Amino acid sequence: MTGFGRWNTRSTVLAGLVAGCVLGGLAPAPAHADGSGSATLDAAIKRGQMLCGISGQVPGFSLADSQGVMRGLDADTCRAVAAAALGDAAKAKFVVTTTQNRFTALQSGEVDMLSRSTTWTLSREGNLGLMFAWVNYYDGTGFLVKKSAGVKAAKDMDGATICVQPGTSTELAINDFYRVHKMKFTPILIQDTPEIQAAFLSGRCDAYSTDASALATFRFSQGAKADDLVLLPDIISKEPLGVMVRKGDDKWFDIVRWTFAAMIVAEEKGITQANVDTFMTSTDPDIRRLLGLEGEMGKALGVDPKFAYHVIKAVGNLGEMWDRNITPMGVPRGINNIWTKGGLQYAPPMR
Amino acid sequence: MSASIINESAINQSTGSREQPPPGLVGPLAWLRTNLFGSWVSTAVTLALLYIIVRVLFSFVEWAFVNAIWHVPYSATGIAQTAVCQDAKGTGACWAVIADKYRLILFGRFPYDEQWRPAIVVVLFVALFALSTIKAVWRKGIDSPIVRYIAMSGAGLILLDNAAGLLDTIVEVGFGVHLPLPFGLLLLLNTIGKCALVFGLLLLWPAIGVWIGTLAFIGILMFGGILGLTAVPVDYWGGLPITLILATFGLAFAFPLAVLVALGRRSTQLPAVKMLCVVYVELIRGVPLISVLFMASVMFPLFMPPGINVDKLLRAQIAVILFAAAYLAEVVRGGLQALPKGQSEAADAMGLSYWQKTGFIILPQALRLVIPPLVNTFIGFFKDTSLVLIIGLFDLLTMGKVALSDPPWQSFSTEVYIALAVIYIVFCYGMSRYSRGLERELNSARGR
Repeated sequence: MTGFGRWNTRSTVLAGLVAGCVLGGLAPAPAHADGSGSATLDAAIKRGQMLCGISGQVPGFSLADSQGVMRGLDADTCRAVAAAALGDAAKAKFVVTTTQNRFTALQSGEVDMLSRSTTWTLSREGNLGLMFAWVNYYDGTGFLVKKSAGVKAAKDMDGATICVQPGTSTELAINDFYRVHKMKFTPILIQDTPEIQAAFLSGRCDAYSTDASALATFRFSQGAKADDLVLLPDIISKEPLGVMVRKGDDKWFDIVRWTFAAMIVAEEKGITQANVDTFMTSTDPDIRRLLGLEGEMGKALGVDPKFAYHVIKAVGNLGEMWDRNITPMGVPRGINNIWTKGGLQYAPPMR
Repeated sequence: MSASIINESAINQSTGSREQPPPGLVGPLAWLRTNLFGSWVSTAVTLALLYIIVRVLFSFVEWAFVNAIWHVPYSATGIAQTAVCQDAKGTGACWAVIADKYRLILFGRFPYDEQWRPAIVVVLFVALFALSTIKAVWRKGIDSPIVRYIAMSGAGLILLDNAAGLLDTIVEVGFGVHLPLPFGLLLLLNTIGKCALVFGLLLLWPAIGVWIGTLAFIGILMFGGILGLTAVPVDYWGGLPITLILATFGLAFAFPLAVLVALGRRSTQLPAVKMLCVVYVELIRGVPLISVLFMASVMFPLFMPPGINVDKLLRAQIAVILFAAAYLAEVVRGGLQALPKGQSEAADAMGLSYWQKTGFIILPQALRLVIPPLVNTFIGFFKDTSLVLIIGLFDLLTMGKVALSDPPWQSFSTEVYIALAVIYIVFCYGMSRYSRGLERELNSARGR
């Protein structure tokens, strides 16, 4: 009974009283003179947990497996940052957020970072008091059609009926696309994912449009029937899905950003979860700096010198994260590859 | 004298000379003939419907049992190979999805090795409901001054610790220092207090004692952190326990609140209280539950100073209680209005106080009148708890959807939803059966 009874009464009464104090201007600003220089990191260390906002409902990004363990690219991003900041990937605590409350959760401090397939846009970064530290997935709006329709490109689909989820950025992107190309289409708006998929399969619409990653996953889930469906090559909008933190804690922003840089450098250098220990004797100065053997990279960030080692040991490099979570969905890596392999993931030098 | 003779002879005539109806007019066969095969139209409709029912039933049994697939192979990496199920789609059910996901659906992300705890919690809830349907449990227990003293001092010890804790938290937030209080001792006293309170209540009113004791034990099992149990934060809860906790705590707290609000709204001597109750009920009824939950989850944290987070489940729970209470209050008010004024006037004439009158005369009659709408609201709220999805709490229904998001299983929603429907039906039908029994029992006096 400890938890419930105490928390109940104390927190509710407290909530009212504290709100009163703040309105009266009595609450002093918490001092952070000592510590790492990042209020978020200090709080996470004190708590012993890094609170990470995820969706919990998107396969490949964050979804509980049959044992209830959170799996996916977003979930592994949380683990990587927890490993960098606190030295232990298990200290990432997943907090489920919805599309409606995700920004509030980050603003109010309910989570320390948001890794929740959120598109990086100007208005979000400018208006919300939040900023994007890195892009963990470059996505875009695509079209899925049936092979029997014989459509080869999006421009062939004048007058088509398209199944789309209402209120999404997909809906806006399609409207823009058809307006620009002076074509007409009939939207069929369906909220629920299984229903929209069933509607498409049963032929209620000519095309099904949403993020290309989700289309590829859906096509892949059809098993042997996947060959009847064609993902059109056109990507009609940019959807860079980013990792967000609060503005005003730049040190924390640095930690999140350089966690990604470390994973990219590791992939460039061929360092993986399995072989990272063999690199501890490496003479390559880049690798030595990455793994904290020389230089003071970790200290500059306010974390353990071997932070990148912890990250790689916990989740591997960026490519391994992709292979573990996205490859099983049947999505090719494409522009999400690192820059040396023709993708967009480019890390500034760690020196 | 003569009247009684006439009466007696009338009775003799009606009972003594009764004849058995001719064979063929009573019994199941006769019933069938009159109701199902009365005319040729009736016979045709009966046969046609029978054919349809049998056909549907047969194809359902064929789909759900005969052609069903119960297991699928797994790849070396643990990914389910659902090709068998894909091939059987339309002809046979794929129960393998339930076999693979039932623990996720029932218990959510609760740590896998600890899932016996939510399992016991579900059993405890069911046992608690079942126990509460036994009338003897609700009888009054031993009512002596000593028992009352034990319960009261228990409550006092709990309050003492909570007050100290509250004071300390305020001071900590305001001035950044802890008060030099003996917190270890206070916590010990709190624990002793809780034991004393439960023990006292168990003796005073066994039912309430059992409820508080069981709910406390459920809290321990879910939260952990003591008695060697691993602490499991609310974020890891999900599935059936969330549904049961929200519904049970919600209705258990909402009902007493609803009675008070209903009484307040009908109060003639306290205009301020009446006004408050009217505003409360109309305000809450005027907005959808989803927006109340939304306020609790999105707006509320913004009003809080940084670093103060009121638990998400608690916020949802309070929203559910406030919402349910407003609806239940109107149901109770309906019962109050149905009572003839004479009941209250008679009680006044007897010299009863307001609370005696309300407790012994008005409420027992009023509540008994509104059992059907009360249970209707209960059942509605049991299912409405699914709306907590929008604030990121995953109840039974949402866990089903999460299970369905897994790519190999994405196309087997029918099976999962059937399984969920069975669980919901069991609980809701249980509630409605109990209410019918209760109605029959309580209204037996009126049939006389």
